Amino acid sequence: MTIIFKEETFHDDFTFRNSPEAVKRFPFPFPEDSYMYSVNLEPHKSYRPGSVYERTFDVDEHYVSEMRDRARVLAEDPLRCQSLPHMTLAGWDLLELIMTSKAEEYPELFELHRDGAKWHWINRPLGIEQKFTFLDETTLPYGPMEYITRQTQGDFAVLDQRDDNLWMDAGMVTTQADWSLDFDIGMNFFEWHAPVPKAHEMGIFQRALKFLLNIQQGSPARRLNWTMTVNPLLDTSPENYHKWGVMKKDLTLENMGQMMHLRVELQTFFRLPRSNALVFPIRCYLIKLDELVTVPKWARRFHRVIRDLPTELATYKGFVTNRPKIVEWLSKYDDGALTSPGIWPD
Amino acid sequence: MSAGAAKIPVRVAEVTPVNELVTRFRFVRRDGGLMPTFSGGAHTVVEMNDKDRVRRNPYSIMSDPADREGYSISIRRDDNGRGGSLFMHRQVRPGMEMVISNPVNLFALDLRARKHLLLAGGIGITPFLAQIKQLSPMNGNFELHYSVRTASLGSYADELVANYRSRVHLYRDDRGEQIDLPALLDGQPLGTHVYVCGPKGMIAWVRKTATALGWPREAVHHEEFLAPASGKPFEVMLARSNKVIKVGEHQSLLEAIEAAGVEAPYLCRGGACGQCETDVIEYEGTFLHKDHWLTPTQCASGAKVMPCVSRFEGKTLVLDR
Repeated sequence: MTIIFKEETFHDDFTFRNSPEAVKRFPFPFPEDSYMYSVNLEPHKSYRPGSVYERTFDVDEHYVSEMRDRARVLAEDPLRCQSLPHMTLAGWDLLELIMTSKAEEYPELFELHRDGAKWHWINRPLGIEQKFTFLDETTLPYGPMEYITRQTQGDFAVLDQRDDNLWMDAGMVTTQADWSLDFDIGMNFFEWHAPVPKAHEMGIFQRALKFLLNIQQGSPARRLNWTMTVNPLLDTSPENYHKWGVMKKDLTLENMGQMMHLRVELQTFFRLPRSNALVFPIRCYLIKLDELVTVPKWARRFHRVIRDLPTELATYKGFVTNRPKIVEWLSKYDDGALTSPGIWPD
Repeated sequence: MSAGAAKIPVRVAEVTPVNELVTRFRFVRRDGGLMPTFSGGAHTVVEMNDKDRVRRNPYSIMSDPADREGYSISIRRDDNGRGGSLFMHRQVRPGMEMVISNPVNLFALDLRARKHLLLAGGIGITPFLAQIKQLSPMNGNFELHYSVRTASLGSYADELVANYRSRVHLYRDDRGEQIDLPALLDGQPLGTHVYVCGPKGMIAWVRKTATALGWPREAVHHEEFLAPASGKPFEVMLARSNKVIKVGEHQSLLEAIEAAGVEAPYLCRGGACGQCETDVIEYEGTFLHKDHWLTPTQCASGAKVMPCVSRFEGKTLVLDR
């Protein structure tokens, strides 16, 4: 397997594109023609070679550019990465999980050599080589969580588990769908989910928390979530809403295919061994509507999902104003034919 | 969701008598690989093939969490128990192949604590052995108070005193020594967390005293695995599987469900984790709820049962399983 890493941007000139191969492996999140919340969790097991589910931490053609974008966002706002003092051990757990998984699953890209606590890490795509002492913070240029998540696609919420609840006590959050680590830090599971409509009444969070508290070592889980983003912005944070919120006004039927993106989050959950914390990687995948409609099944289904989505959800996901335009544009690609079950292209 | 944490095929590497009641067992992976790292306070569920039945008992892992060569557990022989500890003491020999579960921690250290105050009674020392090994290289601030019946029954007391000296306080029942709990809890610095593992009475005593002294609930941690109680045999209808099963005198309801080939979720098998919670469809009789999971209201409603430790007496019981 060879990945050709693309040079592209997620800001200003927005040169981000998906190759045809990347489109084929896009995690389209709708198994049927309508959408409602569900606790759609399943075991995070290797599945479908080539898909985003094959490996523990998926590395794709956007890796190098996404890491550059993360460094840019952090330089502007260091509070995107925070770790309360008791979470350092969880940071080491996460570093170990990522380094061992990547070295094993992508041996041509990453190497890890361990001699007791003396570790030697090589990250070829980013040109990093680091010798350090495991569990000794002074031997790394950043804390362990920040060090490894500057080299791993996706946001990371590291959740302490205590008092039968989960607490957002550490994280690296630069590619988020309009939520803020700096606002949520220290909150528990119900507090940080408070803004989500409908789901509380449906008892979704009680059930989801119970599931998450019981996630065990060696048995990670995953689910998909989604929203829509105008322009390929990884960083759609509340902190920068004044910059990206206004872009939604530029959307027209003419630029829709290039400007409007389906944004899918592959969320995974792992129990961390030393700290007993839970790590929640949230990996963001973007696809332009022009790219999405190259798969006829997705084009038909996406039109129906967006058209029939309850208003509260369209509002919460931030595209209720643009919805009529999006539906009009997508309707050209929906001939009313039946769609096959499941998320994969026919 | 599958039943229990992921399994690890192991070989018994050592069986070491610790004193007249306690024996230590060490497990290594059959494939020669490393064990998963764990956090102090975690337990593993040991599967025992005892004649025609499978027993699954949880035991705290007592070895160093940094030691991935193997896991050690210590088991106190219970001559009046349901037979799991007797099986381990009498049948298990070095070289035997067994299956254990991935570690599960329901008794984790709160890493925010400025100080960890550890209170052990008897075999309740085992989770603390791992926690102390985890804390000491990090310069963790801990203090252990350990009650034993006699000097010879004080498992690992000598090595704890030798290694950690003034941080370890021993109390011998045969000398009438007892932890001065109110004074101990009253004198702790702000940010201290207290952990207790031992007999039921000791756990209740510590929780009650701490509450009376105004300790925040979140700063008081306890672990108590209940062994499923024996009781009168009873019949259960499993509606989803369409089976009628019989729960034997020394069998738990969960074990009987498993013995019938029906997969049921579980983790701790001791009434603490909530994983095996089962809906009751219909009943005529009395539940003997033994778990720590269901609230008194849920118990009174008759709508839920925890089959790992609770039983039933009466005419009809239909479960959604």
